[in-house]
Amino acid sequence: MKVLAAMSGGVDSAVAAARAAEAGHDVTGVHLALSRNPQTYRTGARGCCTLEDSRDARRAADVIGIPFYVWDMAERFHEDVVDDFVAEYAAGRTPNPCLRCNEKIKFAAVLDRAVALGFDAVVTGHHARIDAGVLRRSVDMGKDQSYVLAVLNSEQLSRAIFPLGDITKEQVRAEAAERGLAVADKPDSHDICFIADGDTRGFLTERIGAKPGDIVDGESGEVLGEHNGAFAYTVGQRHGLGLTRPASDGKPRYVLSITPVSNTVTVGPREALEVTIVRGKRPIWTDGVARTEPIECEVQLRAHGEVHAATLVADGDEVTAHLRAPARGVSAGQAMVAYLPDGGGDVVLASATITGAERG
Amino acid sequence: MAYLDHAATTPMLPDALEAYVAAAAHLGNASALHAAGRGARRLVEEARESVAADLGARPSEVIFTGGGTESDNLAVKGMFWGRGDAEPGRRRVLCSEIEHHAVLDAVEWLERHEGATVSWLPVDAAGRIRMDVLAGVLAEHGDEIALVTAMWANNEVGTVQPISEMSAVCDEQGIPLHTDAIQAVGQVPVSFADSGASALTVTGHKLGGPAGVGVLLLGRDVPVTPLMHGGGQERDVRSGTLDVPGVVSFAAALRVAVAEQAATAERLTLLRDDLIARVRHAVPDAILNGDPVNRLPGNAHLSFPGCEGDAILMLLDAAGVQCATGSACNAGVAQPSHVLLAMGADETLARSTLRFSLGHTSTQEDVDELIAALPTAVERARAASAT
Repeated sequence: MKVLAAMSGGVDSAVAAARAAEAGHDVTGVHLALSRNPQTYRTGARGCCTLEDSRDARRAADVIGIPFYVWDMAERFHEDVVDDFVAEYAAGRTPNPCLRCNEKIKFAAVLDRAVALGFDAVVTGHHARIDAGVLRRSVDMGKDQSYVLAVLNSEQLSRAIFPLGDITKEQVRAEAAERGLAVADKPDSHDICFIADGDTRGFLTERIGAKPGDIVDGESGEVLGEHNGAFAYTVGQRHGLGLTRPASDGKPRYVLSITPVSNTVTVGPREALEVTIVRGKRPIWTDGVARTEPIECEVQLRAHGEVHAATLVADGDEVTAHLRAPARGVSAGQAMVAYLPDGGGDVVLASATITGAERG
Repeated sequence: MAYLDHAATTPMLPDALEAYVAAAAHLGNASALHAAGRGARRLVEEARESVAADLGARPSEVIFTGGGTESDNLAVKGMFWGRGDAEPGRRRVLCSEIEHHAVLDAVEWLERHEGATVSWLPVDAAGRIRMDVLAGVLAEHGDEIALVTAMWANNEVGTVQPISEMSAVCDEQGIPLHTDAIQAVGQVPVSFADSGASALTVTGHKLGGPAGVGVLLLGRDVPVTPLMHGGGQERDVRSGTLDVPGVVSFAAALRVAVAEQAATAERLTLLRDDLIARVRHAVPDAILNGDPVNRLPGNAHLSFPGCEGDAILMLLDAAGVQCATGSACNAGVAQPSHVLLAMGADETLARSTLRFSLGHTSTQEDVDELIAALPTAVERARAASAT
């Protein structure tokens, strides 16, 4: 097949491209330039989106022996990922930009362009498996990225190749070294690629503007402190709340909800975070078949989060997960991903965007 | 494989390669006083005389440098400082809007860091420098001008400029003109003396010589402040031990390029006109950019409306046809060409261009390969732009 390998400059995508070439595909490497100004995103070892990353990717492509180009996706990335990220926080939700990037950039804008240019598929270095159109978890549970890929529909999955799903991250690094790829020891990227210093709150404050408001105790209604913008908080958060007085019961407080309309952050004790019913919208069925009967499955409610046994009930555009045991820290805006446990790698059944959660 | 990017670099001529290898076997620092040094110096000075003869200059006007970018920087910054030292009131630089970045960025640097005032000379839709604007600026600011810099022929769209006309009007007011003739030498006749320019840039690897060797032809009476300080090997204007094999090879390449210029130009013009006609037949809405008549024989620069030049380039590359978008990159991301923008194109059209440039090894088969691959590439690139 004629395939396009998205190369970030990291070790995973470099090995993925090499494996695709070795498998006999006609591979072309492409680095996606996502920053409007390549110098402004993070630099050095924390890595992605920099000039250095682009050069690392090019160097890897040269070693693999494949053509390499840079595609300017900065405008699309800003509209579909960065602006969306800011708007979601402003609306009191907690988005996952990696997921949005897969859905809107890598397997939409890039894939569409690739197909138009005559490519059959897009190769990425994601840790996940795909066989016969079925998306499964990676063998490396610690690095598994099926959660951020669960937003892909069957058509997108049919044009995706993930060559790394059957090896661990450690094996990827060893293989990179064997192949003479200089990125073998390059540190993993963390956090959010477009927030240079890792200061998400600062990034959001700069874009949304400081909006002081109250931090209110959900049980007593007492005002326990002031915040500079409700958008900077995430459900389940305990640290950095800046409470000026303790709650009446003397117990630590956690963020229970964010209400942008009244600019209020509501906090409460840990047990108040517990939910057993999680509601979502816009289900995406990875095999393209919408389920109407309740399904016994496992749901994951955030990236690298634990899984919960649940019954999933879908009704048109709405999905509800009834959890067997309570989950904590469930944020609107995150994805709820349903898995079917399987010895050959848990199968991704569907994803939906979380709209709310409650105690059943 | 079809190589249609000779304006980026062209294969070394056999004479140049042979001369390089022979000279590289010699020991000797051309500045040393002993026998080995004398031997090296003889090679360098013979090369200098040969270069001077081929470019209508005197040997003492030939300054060997490390390439075109160095020659351009030395001319632009060195002449600005040199003239400014003699006459502090002269802090204005006139520069065409279509210069190569080696000139453009040097001028912008002078503006930012050295207090230069810049008058940008616009071009018409065919990329010809507006002589009326030049005359106007000269009339208005003649006594403030340190130098004028304008390229002999544009590297992207191939338009050839009326350099001797320009130097004549500059000369009336005693203002020196520098011209970047990198693309011109070997393609059109170039004589330093006839041009009337005060300084002229040439580089080796665009005419069949090695990369990393260039020349600045510099009039004896033109004051220039050096950029690099050291041994003062080249007329005290340029320091650094000379690259003897590079210089010898440069001279050998130039000798062939100039001797064969007329024949090469005739052959390449025919081949290029055939290329343009067949591209237009294959892609009827393709637009030829640059001056249709006064253009470099090897240059075909075309816009493909509705396509990104980058996308066509990638598809042609996959089909074994190598060409360029002709525009500069920022971190690998193609920017709309400043030359096309100066010629009045909008950003979208300025991104839709490709440059096919022919050289001494180009053949009819190269053009055939391009024409075979182009229609599919354009069709797909158009579809990709629509996504």
